[in-house]
Amino acid sequence: MPAAPTVEAMMLGKLDWSAIPFDQPIPLVAGAMVLVAILGVLIWVVVKGHLPYLWDEWITSVDHKRIGVMYTLLAMVMLLRGFADAIMMRSQQALAFHSQGYLPPEHFNQIFSAHGTIMIFFVAMPFVIGLMNLVVPLQLGVRDVAFPTLNSVGFWLTATGALLVNVSLVVGEFARTGWLPYPPLSELTYSPGVGVDYYLWALQISGIGTLVAGINLVTTVLKLRTKGMTYLRMPMFCWTTLASNLLIVAAFPILTATLAMLILDRYFGFHFFTNEAGGNVMMFMNLIWAWGHPEVYILVLPAFGIFSEVVSTFSGKPLFGYRSMVLATMAICIISFMVWLHHFFTMGAGPDVNAIFGIASMIIAVPTGVKIYNWLFTMYGGRIRFATPMMWSIGFMVTFIIGGLTGVLVAVPPADFLLHNSLFLVAHFHNVIIGGVLFGAFAGYTYWFPKAFGFRLHEGLGKAAFWFWLVGFYVAFMPLYVLGFLGMTRRMQHYDIAAWRPWLIVAAGGAVLILIGIIFQILQLAVSIRERKNLRDRTGDPWDGRSLEWATASPPPVFNFAIMPDVSGEDAYWSMKAHAKQRDLDKSEPDYRDVDMPRNSPTGFVCAFFATIMGFALIWHIWWMVVAGGVGAFATFVVFAWRDHDEYVIPAAEVARIDRANLEERRSLVSAAGGAG
Amino acid sequence: MSDQHYELHDMAPDVAPGDESESSIGAKLLVYGIGLGLALLLTATSFFIAGTDLVWQPSIPVAIIVLAIAQMGVHLVFFLHITTGADNTNNVLALAFGLLIVFLVIGGSLWIMSNLNHNMMPMDQLMRMQR
Amino acid sequence: MSMAAAAHGHGDPHHLHGLEEGHAGPAPKRIVTGFGFWIFLLSDIVMFSCFFASYAVLSGKTAGGPSGADLFDLRNVAIETVLLLLSSFACGLASIAADARNRLWFQLAMLLTCLLGLGFLSIEGREFADLVSRGYGPTRSAFLSAFFTLVGCHGLHVSAGILWLLTMMAQVFAKGFRADIQRRFLCFALFWHALDIIWVAVFSVVYLLGSAA
Repeated sequence: MPAAPTVEAMMLGKLDWSAIPFDQPIPLVAGAMVLVAILGVLIWVVVKGHLPYLWDEWITSVDHKRIGVMYTLLAMVMLLRGFADAIMMRSQQALAFHSQGYLPPEHFNQIFSAHGTIMIFFVAMPFVIGLMNLVVPLQLGVRDVAFPTLNSVGFWLTATGALLVNVSLVVGEFARTGWLPYPPLSELTYSPGVGVDYYLWALQISGIGTLVAGINLVTTVLKLRTKGMTYLRMPMFCWTTLASNLLIVAAFPILTATLAMLILDRYFGFHFFTNEAGGNVMMFMNLIWAWGHPEVYILVLPAFGIFSEVVSTFSGKPLFGYRSMVLATMAICIISFMVWLHHFFTMGAGPDVNAIFGIASMIIAVPTGVKIYNWLFTMYGGRIRFATPMMWSIGFMVTFIIGGLTGVLVAVPPADFLLHNSLFLVAHFHNVIIGGVLFGAFAGYTYWFPKAFGFRLHEGLGKAAFWFWLVGFYVAFMPLYVLGFLGMTRRMQHYDIAAWRPWLIVAAGGAVLILIGIIFQILQLAVSIRERKNLRDRTGDPWDGRSLEWATASPPPVFNFAIMPDVSGEDAYWSMKAHAKQRDLDKSEPDYRDVDMPRNSPTGFVCAFFATIMGFALIWHIWWMVVAGGVGAFATFVVFAWRDHDEYVIPAAEVARIDRANLEERRSLVSAAGGAG
Repeated sequence: MSDQHYELHDMAPDVAPGDESESSIGAKLLVYGIGLGLALLLTATSFFIAGTDLVWQPSIPVAIIVLAIAQMGVHLVFFLHITTGADNTNNVLALAFGLLIVFLVIGGSLWIMSNLNHNMMPMDQLMRMQR
Repeated sequence: MSMAAAAHGHGDPHHLHGLEEGHAGPAPKRIVTGFGFWIFLLSDIVMFSCFFASYAVLSGKTAGGPSGADLFDLRNVAIETVLLLLSSFACGLASIAADARNRLWFQLAMLLTCLLGLGFLSIEGREFADLVSRGYGPTRSAFLSAFFTLVGCHGLHVSAGILWLLTMMAQVFAKGFRADIQRRFLCFALFWHALDIIWVAVFSVVYLLGSAA
């Protein structure tokens, strides 16, 4: 008969001082450094008096542009954490030949689990969602997304998830199961600690955030477009946003349900995936990959959209084959839900099932191929400007093709029986995710940075960063293909086969090259901020763009467009510019009106605060805190629902003043360039 | 005056899901009433079929599923006012997409799991081998 | 360069002429809100489909314990079904009252919806408590885990719906039929009807098919 719980156990659940890794120097030092950095930033912000500005203009903002920037910032900060994990893994594997290296297995397992979890959920997802949030309303010619306050809630819940994962570094531990917690390892019997619980609650909470973003963007693209912008006049990026967010809305509930079943097993002794009482571990694999495959298309489709924008702008030509691009995008959207078994070919399905999913996996490469040809034909015959965004796009095309080819290779079930869970597979998915998603995100970052902040990024440092990333990527990951053929499995903490070692050392060198690339990116940002007066984007159209976001000032005013545009063709802004150059500079003024904008709200931040408390309490079994957090979150929503004033008015005179200033800048640039014609 | 939202009676080509075009209270009551009646009828039929010996036994699962789908349709049309009119296109397309996913998830899972269960040793047998 | 009404581009480089004749601009708020919630409902239905899939896969895994046929009381299920169906009808009455902006009938219809919904929950709660007390709780077998999760998830949604219902009653009482409150009520009605649709699937697949087995 178990003893009655002590007061301490009731107050603190499973939490006690042993949760802090006093005996493990690496996480202890890393955690201490991060804490010092965070405290330093916070103290600087408060002392310099920036807190009211941050609270009013950013933390409580419901402006899609601000929220997009915050998502992107979160992604880039978490990229540093995920990359630190990567450097540790590469260095461990370079050293650990006939040796334990410097990372004990319990620690190494947490590192590769955290690396994958962070990179997928807190780097790639926020990066693409951030760019979509920033750009799509501008490209559609509207003032904001469909549900601005909900947008803020979504961002802050994502940040909560990221926070919880990072807290696990210093309080407790992280999961050791890999980035997808397969049972029975992830069940309570074999993972009795809090690691898997950190993972589960961080993802459930941020999953709500992602779903909210998905609902928002689908509704925005389908229901909020400016006058005249029919579906086939939308920029390609908006089509890929639609497809990606339809996938989010369809796939993320599967993740929620599956993780919920694992939570029920762990917390209440249910038997979904246990070995006893009839549970079925393969059900987890089946469901989690039914989410997991659409997830990678959620990530890559926005990147494809970014490339469409960048390639057409920097080739000076409209996108080739617009209609086939739309068809290809929607085809990828649908087929991505029909291939998921290829992630577990080797786990017991018969040849008939394997064959069907293998064929479907090869078919899905076809629409992607269509897109590549369309980008190439867009470039053909154009006047190509090799600005940094274009470099990332060209780097993507070469790299992604290789990654896609190796994907078709592993889509063949008999081949996959040899390559499953080898480093060949690891190389393949990094090839497509880095070459596709990350290069796309960097292209979008460098392309839209002037729009978001009003000044360009330093070109030279951007190009240096690109080359180090590109070369570093190949040096880091091509050896992994070879290692896969040489038989090396993934996630190995040490090994005894001499033939592998040189390749692992080369791979570690590649990681260092990428590190230099990242350093150049940080330098680029710092230098650009310092030189921002020289790099100013005065007109709002630094790249001679084709779509409506370039019709606004940089950064756009809170209301985006003084008068919402009336669109009658594709590449809406391009035709507006052509028209304007042909006429004499028209000095007539538009009919300015008052503009209603949604009020800022602390709902998102406060809700996330309570969600963090709830998540932490659920992980550590502090039940009173769970209830308190839940009540707080519910109360936040009721308070939000009760408010009477959710909009404020920007008077027509103010709209006019802001718009006139931008029009003046544009006119002076046009007349400086030699007037009309 | 705001320029970005139109009044409800302007030329709005779409209808919100759950909304119906203007009609009298009596007409609306009739719609809900018919829906209730049909749903009750289908429910009664389902329960009857499940419990009776009068029907060819192997057809019972199919019949129950067909009746369930029919009743879901009754709800969609009479309670949620989802129609095939041009003003409902977005709503119907979204529903169709959702149903496709549901079909893929449930159908795909059943097919895959039965295939796996057929090919793999049951877990409790595997566990006994380990001891 | 002017952004005035003459901001036409004659670009149509692929001569596509758009998917529709023209596009009037952003949709009214009611349509935007309703559609967004519709998308949320579809995501919720996908989530339920995962629980249905798990139930279908695990329904035979009784681990030596009882199966559905041994446990289900179809009379209770029939009563639950009628209660929920009537509550959907009552919610329809509330929708009519809201369109007509009639406070009294709205509150009465919502009260009726609430009572019928609570009736459903109390019967379901009793069923669960009874099973647990007999040792047939969700930890007994995979089948029971899946059963309790699927039916329980629906019950949790109904409970959340009741909380929302009460909040809507309070909002209409305090602030009347303001436009944003009407939009929220539209979402509530969608939610409540969707729950009844899911219940159709639950009673058909879980209870009726389970008893016939």
